[in-house]
Amino acid sequence: MLERAFKGSKGYWVWLVALLAVIGVGFGFYLRQLTFGLGITGMSRDVSWGFYIAQFTFLVGVAASAVMLVIPYYLHDYKKFGRITVLGEFLAVASVIMCLLFIIVDLGQPMRLFNVLIHPTPNSMLFWDMIVLNGYLFLNILIGWNVLEAEKNSVPPPQWVKPLIYISIPWAISIHTVTAFLYCGLPGRGFWLTAILAPRFLASAFAAGPAFLILLAFIVRRFARYDAGRDQIQTMAKIVTYGAIANVFFFLCEVFVALYSQIPGHTAHLQYLFFGLHGHGVLVPWMWTSIFLMLAAIILLVIPSARRNEAVLGVACVAIFVGIWIDKGLGMISGGFIPNPLHHVKEYVPTIPEIAITVAVYAAGFLILTILYKVVVGVKQEVGE
Amino acid sequence: MDDTRRSFLKFAGISALGLGSVSTLASLMPGSATASDESSAPHYKETKKALTAKRWGMVIDTRKLTPRLCEKMIEACHKAHNVPDHDNERHTVKWIWTDEFEHIFPMKQNEYLAERLKGLPIVSLCNQCNNPPCVQACPTKATFQREDGIVMMDFHRCIGCRFCMAACPYGSRSFNFRDPRPAIEEENDDFPTRMRGVVEKCNFCAERLAEGKMPACVEVSEGALVFGDLEDPNSEIRKVLRENYVIQRKQNLGTNPSVYYII
Repeated sequence: MLERAFKGSKGYWVWLVALLAVIGVGFGFYLRQLTFGLGITGMSRDVSWGFYIAQFTFLVGVAASAVMLVIPYYLHDYKKFGRITVLGEFLAVASVIMCLLFIIVDLGQPMRLFNVLIHPTPNSMLFWDMIVLNGYLFLNILIGWNVLEAEKNSVPPPQWVKPLIYISIPWAISIHTVTAFLYCGLPGRGFWLTAILAPRFLASAFAAGPAFLILLAFIVRRFARYDAGRDQIQTMAKIVTYGAIANVFFFLCEVFVALYSQIPGHTAHLQYLFFGLHGHGVLVPWMWTSIFLMLAAIILLVIPSARRNEAVLGVACVAIFVGIWIDKGLGMISGGFIPNPLHHVKEYVPTIPEIAITVAVYAAGFLILTILYKVVVGVKQEVGE
Repeated sequence: MDDTRRSFLKFAGISALGLGSVSTLASLMPGSATASDESSAPHYKETKKALTAKRWGMVIDTRKLTPRLCEKMIEACHKAHNVPDHDNERHTVKWIWTDEFEHIFPMKQNEYLAERLKGLPIVSLCNQCNNPPCVQACPTKATFQREDGIVMMDFHRCIGCRFCMAACPYGSRSFNFRDPRPAIEEENDDFPTRMRGVVEKCNFCAERLAEGKMPACVEVSEGALVFGDLEDPNSEIRKVLRENYVIQRKQNLGTNPSVYYII
């Protein structure tokens, strides 16, 4: 099936070469990071995780959101999602690969990566994160590829794929739960020390992931002339709506607990993010933009006539995606570190090399996604769906 | 402690059976398998003069602290352990440093703080928690707890994920954001220098205890720091604890620090 990735229009090749160029630039910066150290980033003793780990967190959510297609299709027999379920699974594949790359670029000693396997440590949440992420990657490659191949040959997928599909459902939930557990189990970080972190991560994932998939469906329709289908897109739009509302609700629960209890260790981080603390507040405009985007998108999405208009839906999906990206990809991680455990405000701003490496990892993800989608669309068009 | 070590060894053995090739690889890696896997032997080779304890602890008497004395302690420690002095604040590495009362004890500040404590530098170092969150977080056991309570780092095993830094509620850990060696003024050959990309922190001078010496900061502290065995009722530190009211940092988090403060 992969041979379909080697035949494409000029635009297809230009896109791939452009992605490779971006990866090349980022790789150059990464070589610099390898020789100099993580000091080329904006991270510090006080904000010891930055952009890389934040993108990792955000993308785990995008990966987990594939389950929002798998559940209707395989559990509720919503046949229409047959056109797009593989797209969701392959988006998960590309996202998990990006997650793993973000972990690797964040390591101070990446050549010692396999120490995690050589010295397995079940009391560390990072150990479990490694297991669930790699397992999820493996599951989605196996499921997506075999289901697609069966479709190509016009036969039902092999029997052994079925149990894997059922396993993949709780597994998807697990990847974002364990990722939240990385943060919410740490005693000294009040911002993350909340039982609602995992549910909130999942809610934002089930909004941002399908929103991105809707945008991808528009792109595929425009450039590859494969239509995911109007009904399918509308169903996804409803999933996005529920996810976005749940996310805002969970966030407000968080805000209530922090502000009504007035426990300084919990309020200080929110205060820093939304109002600034001790004269520092680089993230303040970003956080309010995020809130505005999410609320505006929810308003557009809950009005049926607006949601059914695909142009409006596209705008709402961009707003949701960007809003949640700011929340998780910018505020969530550095917000937990500021103020630091000794209540000093030491801010964090990513550097140019750090951003270049980040963009390169995204480009690598898009490269994988493009190739996988090329194969999917090729097969789908062949069987005349 | 003994039990967890033993069960870890069992676990390692079982995984070695399953991952034959990986464990072979492990045995080939210098320092990785030998450093902290040895169940009961301390990290440093013990000599006859070695100071030993069931659980090492420290009492910091803030009444005896002065800016000059704190400087001396910091200098002694950072010299003994080849702690680099970087220009860029973001790259700072520190094992022991000073801060004000309201930052060392953020939960205990109040508007009517005693005059004496205002602006007084108070020393801060790794609390050598008896229930260390950093050890729990480390995915490679590069940070581990010895039987005498000391929480140590294996610089050769650390992958630089910095999970321990997020886990530490005291900001006691530093990461080598760049090669520390050029920033070491005068290298001490008795202690290893580190490389970029690994985490480090105070080790209660485990290497000095093995040679029968008190920790470097304690040695120059003019009695402001009392160091000893918390589980020996006849030790000097227990005498000090009996006679004074002491506090621990962020006691409510359940980490049970082995460093106590007399205010």
